Amino acid sequence: MKGFETATVVEPSSYTPVEGDFELLEQEDIGTDTNYASQGYWKGVAVHFMRNKRAMVGLCIVLLLILLAVFGPMLSGYAYDEIVTALNAKGRKKAAVGISPRIPAIHEMITGEPYDDIYADKTFLFGTDDLGRDLWTRTWYGARVSLMIAFVTILIDMIIGMSYGLISGYFGGRVDNVMQRFVEIANSIPRLVIVSVLAIFMKKGIGLVIVALLLTEWIGMSKIARAEMLKIKEQEYVLASRTLGAGNGHIIFKEILPNTIGPIITQVMFSIPTAIFTEAFLSFVGVGIVLPQCSIGTLIEDGFNNITTLPYQIMPPIIVLALLMLGFNFIGDGLREALAPKLEDM
Amino acid sequence: MTKYVLKRIGMAVLTLLIIVFLLFFLVRIMPGNPFPSERMNDQQIANKRAEMGLDDPIPVQFVRYLWKLLHGDFGNGTSLYNGAPIKTVLSTCVKNSFRIGGMAVLLGSLVGLLLGICAALNRGRFLDGFCTVVSILGVCVPSYVFLIFIQYNFAYKVTLLPYFFDQTKFLHSSVAPVVSMSLFTMSTIARFTRNEMVEVIDSDYVRLAESKGLYGSRLVSRHVLRNALIPIVTVLAPLIVDLLTGALVVEKIYGINGIGKLMVDAIAGEGVDYNYVLALGILYSSLYIGVMLIVDILYGALDPRIRVSAKGGVKE
Repeated sequence: MKGFETATVVEPSSYTPVEGDFELLEQEDIGTDTNYASQGYWKGVAVHFMRNKRAMVGLCIVLLLILLAVFGPMLSGYAYDEIVTALNAKGRKKAAVGISPRIPAIHEMITGEPYDDIYADKTFLFGTDDLGRDLWTRTWYGARVSLMIAFVTILIDMIIGMSYGLISGYFGGRVDNVMQRFVEIANSIPRLVIVSVLAIFMKKGIGLVIVALLLTEWIGMSKIARAEMLKIKEQEYVLASRTLGAGNGHIIFKEILPNTIGPIITQVMFSIPTAIFTEAFLSFVGVGIVLPQCSIGTLIEDGFNNITTLPYQIMPPIIVLALLMLGFNFIGDGLREALAPKLEDM
Repeated sequence: MTKYVLKRIGMAVLTLLIIVFLLFFLVRIMPGNPFPSERMNDQQIANKRAEMGLDDPIPVQFVRYLWKLLHGDFGNGTSLYNGAPIKTVLSTCVKNSFRIGGMAVLLGSLVGLLLGICAALNRGRFLDGFCTVVSILGVCVPSYVFLIFIQYNFAYKVTLLPYFFDQTKFLHSSVAPVVSMSLFTMSTIARFTRNEMVEVIDSDYVRLAESKGLYGSRLVSRHVLRNALIPIVTVLAPLIVDLLTGALVVEKIYGINGIGKLMVDAIAGEGVDYNYVLALGILYSSLYIGVMLIVDILYGALDPRIRVSAKGGVKE
């Protein structure tokens, strides 16, 4: 205290600034650290994800397929259930049955002459099926169904599975015990058994597929969410939040959920391919989509039925299905690496 | 360990019982009438119902059904196969499916393991890339597509294989389904084996073993593989169940008389009655539960570190 009293006070007015008091640091060798710049979690994830070639390929494939599924059917000019016809020499309408893929302009460019049949002016990128419907339109229409299933799966995973797992893990004790026994039983009923029982009760159609997914798809996610919850719920910030009077709902969904989102997103990505597979399988078997609508599964079945006479028919749906699988798997892999980077990937 | 195993078995039996009960109940509350009312008068129907015990309370019926089940009696089918006992129909189907599925499991897991090991030992080289491509292909394309491909190319274009399954030429005609069914298993196993192996190879104790002078097959089999195998067992188990119960569409496409085909017919509702759905559901569920049980116990046996904790045992 004494020092303060004895120190002479410099009055601002009595001090005249001199050159060199304030100097801007404009040295060349001082820069911001870009290598280890601080960045947010999500930015880090995005950067990691973008650097992953495979993940980007997957993302591009899925985006492309979504675009085609949305706009593809419009491009051809035919409806998915429209039987394309042309007038023959006698003036009668003839359906364009079993035409192989063709683009008149390219054909003319290569061979120098147009097609010599009555459908010469029509473009069928993927050909037509055995009733004369444009396969390009139908394939992308079917892809819409698959993508819709993907979307439904995301909803089921995120709403039912996640909440179930989080709640079960959070409350623990008896609640957890009962909920886990239920999961165990639900998990050991094979999906096919559920579907076959459902098929007796319900009308065939997309509804059946969705209900089947609703009953089975959430289980995997609930396990992941529970495990994450068990890891996090003992941490101090949770206790702090509770001390401050936060309710259970607030703690689960506002405090803990954001910290478990990484594994959850990854799990969602991996459950999409299975769901799309299930839909294709059910439609193939005949309990999915009802004619004249179509999905990838029914298209593959049609193609299989005509494989000896019209072998090109089966290719588009198979390729689209494989690309969808590939895309979602790649994105899932990429997200897993980006969200929880291991040393090896760095 | 014994206590855990017993507890686990008890749990499995209980789960199975609940499933049987659920299925039984669902089938009983189904709308419809097993007897054609336009061909039988009320007295006949009443007699028949009494004869089959359908008038008893449902719990009584359930216990009776369970008792029959324990004696291996699944009841009679009504519409399919002319009302023959389901047991006889099922036994042929099970035999076919299990033989083909078993071969597929063997082929898939052996080749998958080999591929995975080779890929892990040649990390970053050609074999590794090859393994990745194979595993991606196998995961992205459903097995029935492979079957259609094989059928079209090797049975239709070139007649190397029969176009449909032929019971009299079992081995010859099971080539196509076995190969196509094994691909998914193969790719999954290959991918998993590779990743696990790579992780183990990088671990300190393998480096220690190497520095002590171990190398080659002994190092791989004794030190690397044993530890890499543990997670693979858990992946393999559901695959085995799927394959044993018949890759459904594969059986349907190739005309194999197996449980998968029965199941597909049951799902699509083509001439298969509820008794079949019930029998198949029970068969499928018990297989699934059984395999999971074995895996859980194996898991403990394979890895001494995971000796059961006091509370509930091995968690996935």
